[in-house]
Amino acid sequence: MTLFLEQLLNGVQFGVMLFLLAAGLTLIFGIMGVINLAHGSIYMIGAYAGTWVATETGSFWLGIPAALTAAAVAGVAIEFLVVRRLYQRDHLDQVLATFGLILIFNQTVTILFGRQPLFVSMPALLDGSVELLPGLFYPIYRLAIIVVGLLVAVGLYLLINKTRIGMLVRAGSTNREMVRALGVDIRLLYTLVFGLGALLAGLAGFMAGPILAVQVGMGEQILITTFVVVVIGGVGSIRGAFFASLVLGIVDTGLRAYLPGLLRQVMVGSEADALGAGISSMGIYLLMAIVLLIRPKGLFIRNS
Amino acid sequence: METSLKRPVLLASVVIALIALPLVADATGYTALTSLATRVLIYGIAAASLNFVLGYGGMVSFGHAAFFGIGGYVVGILYQHYTLGEPLLGFIPGTNQMLITLPAAIVISGLMAALIGALSLRTGGVQFIMITLAFAQMLFFLFVSLKTYGGDDGLIIRRANELPGLNMRDKQTVYYVCLAVAVLFFFMLWRLVNSRFGNVIVGLRQSERRIAAIGLPAYRYKLMAFVISGMGCGLAGALMANFLRFASPDMLHWTKSGELMVMVILGGVGTLFGPLIGAAVFIVLETLLASWTENWQLGLGLILLFVVLYTQGGVQALGARLFGRRA
Repeated sequence: MTLFLEQLLNGVQFGVMLFLLAAGLTLIFGIMGVINLAHGSIYMIGAYAGTWVATETGSFWLGIPAALTAAAVAGVAIEFLVVRRLYQRDHLDQVLATFGLILIFNQTVTILFGRQPLFVSMPALLDGSVELLPGLFYPIYRLAIIVVGLLVAVGLYLLINKTRIGMLVRAGSTNREMVRALGVDIRLLYTLVFGLGALLAGLAGFMAGPILAVQVGMGEQILITTFVVVVIGGVGSIRGAFFASLVLGIVDTGLRAYLPGLLRQVMVGSEADALGAGISSMGIYLLMAIVLLIRPKGLFIRNS
Repeated sequence: METSLKRPVLLASVVIALIALPLVADATGYTALTSLATRVLIYGIAAASLNFVLGYGGMVSFGHAAFFGIGGYVVGILYQHYTLGEPLLGFIPGTNQMLITLPAAIVISGLMAALIGALSLRTGGVQFIMITLAFAQMLFFLFVSLKTYGGDDGLIIRRANELPGLNMRDKQTVYYVCLAVAVLFFFMLWRLVNSRFGNVIVGLRQSERRIAAIGLPAYRYKLMAFVISGMGCGLAGALMANFLRFASPDMLHWTKSGELMVMVILGGVGTLFGPLIGAAVFIVLETLLASWTENWQLGLGLILLFVVLYTQGGVQALGARLFGRRA
């Protein structure tokens, strides 16, 4: 039971990380209609900038503003220099241009930081574990990630549903042309949304640092999973992204934790591990395929 | 197209140049040129297949590496069972005969394309891009986890498949085989594109509703196009496995799908030979940049960005604009 709860929390933690990325991606997707493959690169930039500053200064906390600033600056720069020219183009050009951006960022980071992964140690405050239930110890750091993620979700909910900017964002994701026709400076709105998405991606990247290795290519791994989240949740729907992230995080973690064990009952250990890992990795894609076949626009979009 | 004799003459001279290429490579000492050209031909076939759905049909598939990889694995798996001497699934004997492996690769990738296409084509737009990607990733992880066939490390094919009367251990022979296959492939593609079927596919890109209004079953046409395209990629994958003597999950990775797309766009979307030119540009650039600097990806990324932002219609269109004539 404690193992199950622990895996559940791990799943939520992974889901929350996915949400931080998916929130920005789904807005960029939904409002501007741009497929941004470079979102994973922004995640990587946040991770590298934050980790580097944290290592140089010796303070984990100084890494946070560094990661956020670097990611937001990179995001706004990408929007201003490249993505802005792609709004009117078809998806093909967008995929290609942002694919080019991935190559550029990966190589630039390799030149700057080398191929060795960076590591950052956890701050003393968040190191160690806490006893949640009798016998259930859980790392404080992972709990902190969950809390931050949920806070961001609440903040985004308020921003989108209670503020003027949020109203424009909602309007933009429903009918872009109409918002423009009403005299809203849509370019500024686009840049803001892109910057916000980048900020969240950078935050996710930095928080992932102490858990995963900070290395080139970390962005692409999580990017594809994030796309799965966005598509399952429905393009442009933050609510959809939130639920899809949590479900996907839990399903993925659960499969990885339990499938090899189940397979071992029927086959040899090493083969069961390999097959289990393979099928677990396939799980989320299978889920997406099923969802799309039943609801081609995603779970949280009404089919018109 | 028929208005001038320029095109056939140009094509004939390109083919002659390609036939002479290994001889020139040997004479000048650049023997690596033959390998380079083989890769260009193989990727050209794959990219042109992708272009059939992507450029002509307007279906943006982000998962065509799946069929490329399946083609490669058909060759690899049949070869493994041939060397081990035990039949696949207990009744399919392995083989190292190219006359069997190539058609097998085409048929099996076609079947997979039928399955994936039948499901994916129920969606459209962004969802289509993502669902094709999802299926390709599923197959990628499947092959990664298949320890029997090498898993993560891939499958080594000790010798290229045999063709009666030819010495396939010679790289030049492999090149000529690929060239022959490529010529045949592009001839058939040309016939296909200019057929009634091809016209319907182009019509589908322009307006699916119009095609449906004429009374043609749009879904069935799209699925057929998707299958044909998958078969082409499978053929390319089978050739690649023979050329590299290696099949690995990398052939199915999503970045490979991305590369194929890049080749199509570099060369010009919706043109017959554009993808071949795109493949040539991509592979030559990659090789050149990699020989100059370790950081070749940076250059490649910048070039990609430039091509997308400032040229519409790829290298062919850029050339046409620079030299002031129609492509």
